[in-house]
Amino acid sequence: MREKILSAIEKNSRIDLKELAVMLGIEEIDVLNEIQKLEEEKIICGYHTLINWEKTNIEKVTALIEVKVTPQRGQGFDRIASRIYNYPEVRDVYLISGGFDLLVTLEEKSLKEIAQFVSEKLSTLDSILSTATHFILKKYKDHGTIIDEHVKDEREVVSP
Amino acid sequence: MTPPISDAIKNIKPSGIRKFFDIVSEMKDAISLGVGEPDFDTPWHIRDEGIYALERGKTFYTSNSGLKELREEICKYQNRHQGIVYDPMSEVIVTVGGSEAIDIGIRAMVNPGDEVIIPQPAYVSYEPCTILAGAKPVIINLKAENEFRLTAEELRGAITEKTKILILPFPNNPTGAIMERKDLEEIAKVCIEKDIYVMSDEIYSALTYKGEHVSIASIDGMKERTILINGFSKAYAMTGWRLGYACGPSEIIKQMTKIHQFAIMCAPTTSQYAAIEALKNGEDDVKQMREAYNGRRRFLMNAFKEMGLECFEPYGAFYVFPCIKEFGMTSEEFATRFLSEEKVAAVPGNAFGDSGEGYLRISYAYSIENLKIAMERLKNFITRLRG
Repeated sequence: MREKILSAIEKNSRIDLKELAVMLGIEEIDVLNEIQKLEEEKIICGYHTLINWEKTNIEKVTALIEVKVTPQRGQGFDRIASRIYNYPEVRDVYLISGGFDLLVTLEEKSLKEIAQFVSEKLSTLDSILSTATHFILKKYKDHGTIIDEHVKDEREVVSP
Repeated sequence: MTPPISDAIKNIKPSGIRKFFDIVSEMKDAISLGVGEPDFDTPWHIRDEGIYALERGKTFYTSNSGLKELREEICKYQNRHQGIVYDPMSEVIVTVGGSEAIDIGIRAMVNPGDEVIIPQPAYVSYEPCTILAGAKPVIINLKAENEFRLTAEELRGAITEKTKILILPFPNNPTGAIMERKDLEEIAKVCIEKDIYVMSDEIYSALTYKGEHVSIASIDGMKERTILINGFSKAYAMTGWRLGYACGPSEIIKQMTKIHQFAIMCAPTTSQYAAIEALKNGEDDVKQMREAYNGRRRFLMNAFKEMGLECFEPYGAFYVFPCIKEFGMTSEEFATRFLSEEKVAAVPGNAFGDSGEGYLRISYAYSIENLKIAMERLKNFITRLRG
């Protein structure tokens, strides 16, 4: 049941819980209790909204930054990761296998701000060996959702 | 000048759905609960295999009975889900949708004067196909109090010396009824005792919500007297690919293949390649779609309960079949008024046989948002009628 609740609210965090209970064939109170537990256990970490900023007048630039670092004795990558993720402008920090170590994503109002962050803050941190910044030009699909997809029901209105 | 027209075909009534379709098509802003096909797109990996087949130039006829690899996968699927063992070389034919299999199956099995038992409400093609094959349809009117299941008594009552085949359309379109193992065992007993064959249309077999579907062919002594029909349309959301199949005794499959060979040649090649992928790697997709349907089914049942609309709980396909007898209207009147007053299209139950009179087929092959709006409108409508 836990898995079903999670997969339902992962797709739609605003789903009406009474309706969710009906659709899963369980009591509403059980859904409420389970979600409360999931929040307490930090399995549910937040309820966010997927926004297509391109359709607004608000400028947003997103960058993916590949970072190579020297892991530190006794702490591995955790310390340098926390030095990075504590900057509020940093959106995501992942430890990555392959050609570099950390993938950092950043969302800012302009290219200049991102450049500033990389050159003044990120690159100057101890144990950072190199960075490579990629700017996102267009988002086709985000969090499993195809951006700006227009679904039209093309079926015949009545069929046997 | 009179064009040559066959009397046999002229005397067949057009599908009751057709009439309703024409009315609905006039209304541009109506929302529909009227379709008999999934709202999901065919899963991408299946579509991709179809595209890949085209890229590789797989654009020729296949053998009449279908690609060998596809027939093998069909046999594995039936073995995996039903524990039935079919021989891919002689006991399977790939057809243009389940509907072709119904047509050629009946034609391969009957002679003039033979009787074909058809429980109704049911899909619209069994009766005309029987008539076109020169046989006589014998209708069993299924009852709501049996949750629209077929009972052994009803079957016994319909059997005569001329009975050849029983059509067994479960999970059922339009009622959503299923037949469970215990129900099928009773039916099997009668079929064996009276020596009649079964055409089991299991096109909705992947969509059951109370344990896995049971095929009558899996019951002792029934495989050798059952033509099992299934396909890809409902399970894998592949209606437009037009692909189905039949499994059964080699003598019957052989004759069906003859008709198929002369009328169709072979099922579409692209679709056959895509279907191999569906059978090999599509179980997860089916599970996800089934769970989505099940949620919507529960949502509708709950909505009916809240508005006090009588409806038995259906456990199959993607239809619910609420009873509208309390409003003192025919199904057609109800559906037509619901459409014109609330702009929601649902198919009158009598389009699927006389015993569907007094009911409405509501399809839940729609998004939950769509169903929510429709249920609001249904509530408004019946509140006004009860007013």
